[in-house]
Amino acid sequence: MLKVDAKQHQSQLTRNRLPRFALLAVLFPAAIAAAAAATLIGFNVVLWMVFTAVLFVIGAWLITLLVEGSRHAGNRMIRYVVYGAFILALIPLVSVIWTVLERGLPGLTSNFLWTSMSGVTGAVDNRTVAEGTPVLGGAYHAIVGTLQISLVATLISVPIGLMSAIYLVEYGTGGPLSRAITFFVDVMTGIPSIVAGLFAAALFGMVFGPATRTGFVAAVALSVLMIPVVVRSTEEMLRIVPNELREASYALGVRKWRTITKVVIPTAISGIASGVTLAIARVVGETAPILVTAGFATSINWNVFSGWMASLPTFIYYQIRTPTSPTNVEPSDQRAWAAALILILFVMLLNLAARLIARFFAPRTGR
Amino acid sequence: MSKRISVKDLNVFYGDFKAVEDVTLDIAPRSVTAFIGPSGCGKSTFLRTLNRMHEVIPGARVEGDVLLDGDNLYGPGVDPVTVRSRIGMVFQRANPFPTMSIRDNVLAGVKLNNKRISSSDADDLVERSLRGANLWKEVKDRLQKPGSGLSGGQQQRLCIARAIAVEPEVILMDEPCSALDPISTMAIEDLIAELEKDYTVVIVTHNMQQAARVSERTAFFNIAGAGEPGRLIEYSDTTDIFNNPREKSTEDYVSGRFG
Repeated sequence: MLKVDAKQHQSQLTRNRLPRFALLAVLFPAAIAAAAAATLIGFNVVLWMVFTAVLFVIGAWLITLLVEGSRHAGNRMIRYVVYGAFILALIPLVSVIWTVLERGLPGLTSNFLWTSMSGVTGAVDNRTVAEGTPVLGGAYHAIVGTLQISLVATLISVPIGLMSAIYLVEYGTGGPLSRAITFFVDVMTGIPSIVAGLFAAALFGMVFGPATRTGFVAAVALSVLMIPVVVRSTEEMLRIVPNELREASYALGVRKWRTITKVVIPTAISGIASGVTLAIARVVGETAPILVTAGFATSINWNVFSGWMASLPTFIYYQIRTPTSPTNVEPSDQRAWAAALILILFVMLLNLAARLIARFFAPRTGR
Repeated sequence: MSKRISVKDLNVFYGDFKAVEDVTLDIAPRSVTAFIGPSGCGKSTFLRTLNRMHEVIPGARVEGDVLLDGDNLYGPGVDPVTVRSRIGMVFQRANPFPTMSIRDNVLAGVKLNNKRISSSDADDLVERSLRGANLWKEVKDRLQKPGSGLSGGQQQRLCIARAIAVEPEVILMDEPCSALDPISTMAIEDLIAELEKDYTVVIVTHNMQQAARVSERTAFFNIAGAGEPGRLIEYSDTTDIFNNPREKSTEDYVSGRFG
């Protein structure tokens, strides 16, 4: 008797709730109806999925409204809209990665990584296409150039950015100087990259004569773009260091600059390091400022202070814009996509490095 | 090692606002002195002026003299860093350095100032300071673990160990127990009784039983109203303050009739 009661008893708490299968029961009719609707216009998979999603959301909202009430229906509706927005946002990202992998992987050979374009002419490409042999020539010089330019840009921006941020947080007390720095950092964040390139080109043109183009000029242009990012992220990180730690240090008779270098910065270092890494990732793909400052080269240049220098973005640009062989563009196309893949991998590695650095430097916890 | 503090006609300002007015008092060496009073009456502000920690707050300044065995803390050419290395401070919330181990936290005063110290001297100093803070037995097997992994009461004792490791003459405590449970509070109070043998201890507290338990002398601060400066109302032996106060407002405060 008791058993039967327990079975028949319906919990007050689960009344007026849709069972789980109800949503599937909405999904299938929605999919079928969507297929029918899509066929009317001309069937394709994307159209079908979009129609299914719309019909499903409407259907789910309707039955929830009927069974569970308007509050639950609203909740369900908004939840699906949020999921939808997330998927929409993911589509371009996945699509880019997919395309670059698909087109770039065939060209990503050790030959591509370790040779430059030196001596690779249109004739070479024509022969490659005619004979069906592997594509010759690679992006070694561009990888070397990108690494050098990014490294020098980092070496310039990090000390300047770090010290500006330290001034803003630790010394500037809302005075005119700190307000001016904050203002100009904000302005610099919005500078178009080509303007930064022109600035660096003009600056070096004035000092060393016109058309001075070296990797170093490009590095200066990139640091104009990097510094505001470094200042901003470092400033945020320094601000969240609790004041109590500074006071604890002062109370031990420690000087201000030692407090900053030994207490404040170590506490914030993980955030600072990942901020710097993300700033590098931000500028590593810049094309325009490098074109006007470092020019372009087809051979390896190890010296940032003299001679034109290639970089991955300009390499991609030139391979697409002016293929090595105007009649047979396939080898150039393949090289451009492979270079794009390397650039994306580079940015991904930097992001990964930022996470590892953040974890490695994070204040230790645990017993 | 322990020294006398004499305060003469001290005024403290935050910008134009006068926070503490006209305080004159004498703190004897090897004693515990408690500051009590309602919130906002300036007792913490006053405590900070005893080792120039108020200067960390923008706009804070002082008029008057604070003498440490006759040497004026506010005399010309006095470096606040020197003052703070001789007058240590423990804060309301335990604040061990999160990037450092327990051992490094104790050695922070030495290491942050880049003083050379041999490893065996450092071991001695760590053990001595942690014993002095009644923490040695609990942490001696995990000195390399982070200080932030300790319980709140242990962290506060770690901060006291860190403060006594720089061998100050005076230790200021700004409500050291207000974030702790009764058992940790008792541990700290026992510790204060120990510290009294070697140091001049000044403690700000909201807990009147605590003031009565740990201190020989008590100073009562009060404000006339919002926007008015805090004043020292009465300063005498703790037993007198609690049993036989001279001022009406002291009696009202310690008997719980206001504030």
